[in-house]
Amino acid sequence: MKKLIIIIVLFVTTVAFAQNKNAKASMEVDGVCLMCKTRIEKASLNTKGVKSAVWNVKTHELKLIYDERKTDLKTIQSKILAVGHDTKNIKATDEAYAKVHPCCKYRDQVVQEDHK
Amino acid sequence: MKYLLYIILLLPTFLFSQEKITGIIMEANEKNKTIGLVGANVYWLNTTVGVVTDIDGSFELSYKKEYKKLVVSYIGFKTDTLTITEPKEVRHWLQSMDDLEAITVTSRKQTTTKSYLQATNVVTVSSDELLKAACCNLSESFETNPSIDVNFADAVTGTRQIRMLGLTSPYILIATENIPSIRGASQAYGLSFIPGTWVESIQITKGAGSVVNGYESIAGQINAELVKPSTDDKLFVNLYGASSERFELNTHINTKVSNKWDTGLYLHGNIHNNEHDVNSDGFLDMPKYNQINMMNRWQYTNAEKGFVSFINLKFLNDEKETGALDFDSDRDKLTTNAWGSEIDTRRYEISAKLGYVNPEIPYQSLGIQTAFSNHKQESYFGLNQYDIKHNSFYTNAIYNSIISDSRHKIKTGVSYTYDNYDEFVNNTDYERTEESVGAFFEYNLDNLDKLNLTAGIRIDNHNLLGNFVTPRLHIRYTPWEKSALRASFGRGKRSANIFAENQQMFSTSRTINIINGTGKIYGLDPEIAWNYGVSYLQGFNLFGRKADIMLDYYKTDFKNQVVVDYENPQEVNFYNLEGDSFANSFQTEINYNVFEHFNLRLAYKYYDVKTDYNSGKLSKPLTPKHRLFANASYETHMHADSIKQWKFDVTYNWLSKQRFSSTISSPVQYQLPKYTPTLGTLNVQVTRVFSPKFEIYLGGENITNIRQNNPILGADNPFGSNFDSTFVYGPIFGSLYYAGLRFKIK
Repeated sequence: MKKLIIIIVLFVTTVAFAQNKNAKASMEVDGVCLMCKTRIEKASLNTKGVKSAVWNVKTHELKLIYDERKTDLKTIQSKILAVGHDTKNIKATDEAYAKVHPCCKYRDQVVQEDHK
Repeated sequence: MKYLLYIILLLPTFLFSQEKITGIIMEANEKNKTIGLVGANVYWLNTTVGVVTDIDGSFELSYKKEYKKLVVSYIGFKTDTLTITEPKEVRHWLQSMDDLEAITVTSRKQTTTKSYLQATNVVTVSSDELLKAACCNLSESFETNPSIDVNFADAVTGTRQIRMLGLTSPYILIATENIPSIRGASQAYGLSFIPGTWVESIQITKGAGSVVNGYESIAGQINAELVKPSTDDKLFVNLYGASSERFELNTHINTKVSNKWDTGLYLHGNIHNNEHDVNSDGFLDMPKYNQINMMNRWQYTNAEKGFVSFINLKFLNDEKETGALDFDSDRDKLTTNAWGSEIDTRRYEISAKLGYVNPEIPYQSLGIQTAFSNHKQESYFGLNQYDIKHNSFYTNAIYNSIISDSRHKIKTGVSYTYDNYDEFVNNTDYERTEESVGAFFEYNLDNLDKLNLTAGIRIDNHNLLGNFVTPRLHIRYTPWEKSALRASFGRGKRSANIFAENQQMFSTSRTINIINGTGKIYGLDPEIAWNYGVSYLQGFNLFGRKADIMLDYYKTDFKNQVVVDYENPQEVNFYNLEGDSFANSFQTEINYNVFEHFNLRLAYKYYDVKTDYNSGKLSKPLTPKHRLFANASYETHMHADSIKQWKFDVTYNWLSKQRFSSTISSPVQYQLPKYTPTLGTLNVQVTRVFSPKFEIYLGGENITNIRQNNPILGADNPFGSNFDSTFVYGPIFGSLYYAGLRFKIK
């Protein structure tokens, strides 16, 4: 058992060392305007460990740089969902979505058309 | 355990047994050809049921009756939602975002932009705005900008002087690509040494500005970004001719040397050899001159590794001759036969920049700039002789990064400046070397919402100015939508180059005195000032069209100033300020897009610039208290089938009365009234665009032919004790018409 723990500890530390301080990732986040951009980027940056978040209004791509030791994509994603923005895989709750500014109701086709 | 495996293996079978929808997602194209999009997302709205398209763009997705909306998305493309009523084959074309972008760009373009986001009060002037004043160098490119005033410095050399917040250009840090360039010996004529076509854009910062570029700026900073070999036209030719017989030629040639190197050769020449004396005072209204100006730029770009570098080589030769009509420089130079002046300038400049952006971590970057210039001016004005040699070396290293995340940005670095001045003023030699080493740190907070703050500090060690700290702060706050409330304060310190900055005083018979000289710079102390400012910008809609209004108030408070005192008509006195000196400026500006392609800009400015002279507190001479500015521009609509276009531009400027410095002790015939008359000038320009390659422009300056009739005091006796050409408040030549063409190959 002891051996196993040692092995596990050693393994974990190795993994930890392999973790990147400046990990890069990109994900698709839905939104329509510059207000959405601010909201998405702010939510990302409010996740401890996220160093840079740039969301592109046109492509819906969110480019992230974050410290893997402090956070992971899942946490960042949950923060984005919490402010009401859908990611590619998961939809934000209706409650969260209800909080976004009326001009940012990106699920609404009329709003989408307005921003084109 | 084994069962689980079976279940997993069985699952796909279950899925297959469900109802399915199949289809293909394609890239939209003109001929509706089948160009499949690989990797597009197809999913049912409000579900987690979705797939990614195959290599040929096809997909297969389970279908239930409840599923009605099918979302198709792909990075770089417009997301579409399709309504599906039955499981039939879907063929759908996605619209690329690039096409959409092309549409948005043509819809509206502003030539002068104010930022709602930055902490500093910056106005960016694009090259399109610069084209509105078709002529010819940096000093003339501010004529459509109400933040900057353009005045004539004197009646003989035709030098234009710019002012900001009521203060003359020495109090503005003027940089080309963030390297301080118009300073020291080039202060008086330097703006005319940067041809207008070389300028890509100008950033005008009101107030203290950043600490990154030095401690010298007091009223503000102007940065001219030059054209870049990789983005400028392959070939650009600009020809200009004016009714005064001034001709200018600009040629740019840019080539790609390898996939990382680009180079550009920029040539400028101007000539004016005609003699004009519209007001018949026996003096030329404008000098005869010629200038050759060359620049060679090398640009290195390596996007993969994150390196960008520029190397610039510049050469300038400028010759001016002016004075009495009967003046012959070979015969009459430095004699009392006839009054005349010659100013010959030669300047060499080399500068290099190296920038590195970490491709992995784009917010980390390092920049190094270095510049060396050799400036030599030999000149005489009547019997006054003035020569200056100025060698200058500047280097600056900046490191950009973030603290914890990109809302907290920092800039830090070190700089070194070396200046050697060697001046010869009427038989006296002045030589001095200035050297300074400094370190700076600037923090920027952008909470991505209502607040943006830039706080900077620099510490410098200067051999003549001593050790000193320069703090500067800029804050922007957005109380509500489309607004920006700004405040700033900062300190500036500089050594005044009293001769180079006030060369107009040589074209007078005044004696030059430096009073109470115990300081280290010509016996005078360094100038120190604090600048405080607030501004408010609000965008709004008026009758459904975009408009914005800007209000700002700035106060510059001198702790010490080298006072330039013209109050005795026989003397120019320089002395350290005792008492107060301040410049208060209020400006309001409205921009309105009246109807499509028609823009209106109106501005009002109020100046209160006062100094405690030895003879009492007085407002600064030749500074109007009120100024009105109006600019209207109209462009005809560009049709899709024809790129021909007309552009019209009209600028009106009105100045209130300005105070003449005192002439009360002069003989009656050489006395001037206390104030100048008010002055209104009108400029117009018409541009005809024939094709993206070719356009012609035609314009008139001062078309109402307003003139100051007797700009030179004592013109009848230029070697007498009352000769003075500095009482200039308005145009001397009257109206002037010009025409020019631009030809470019992308």
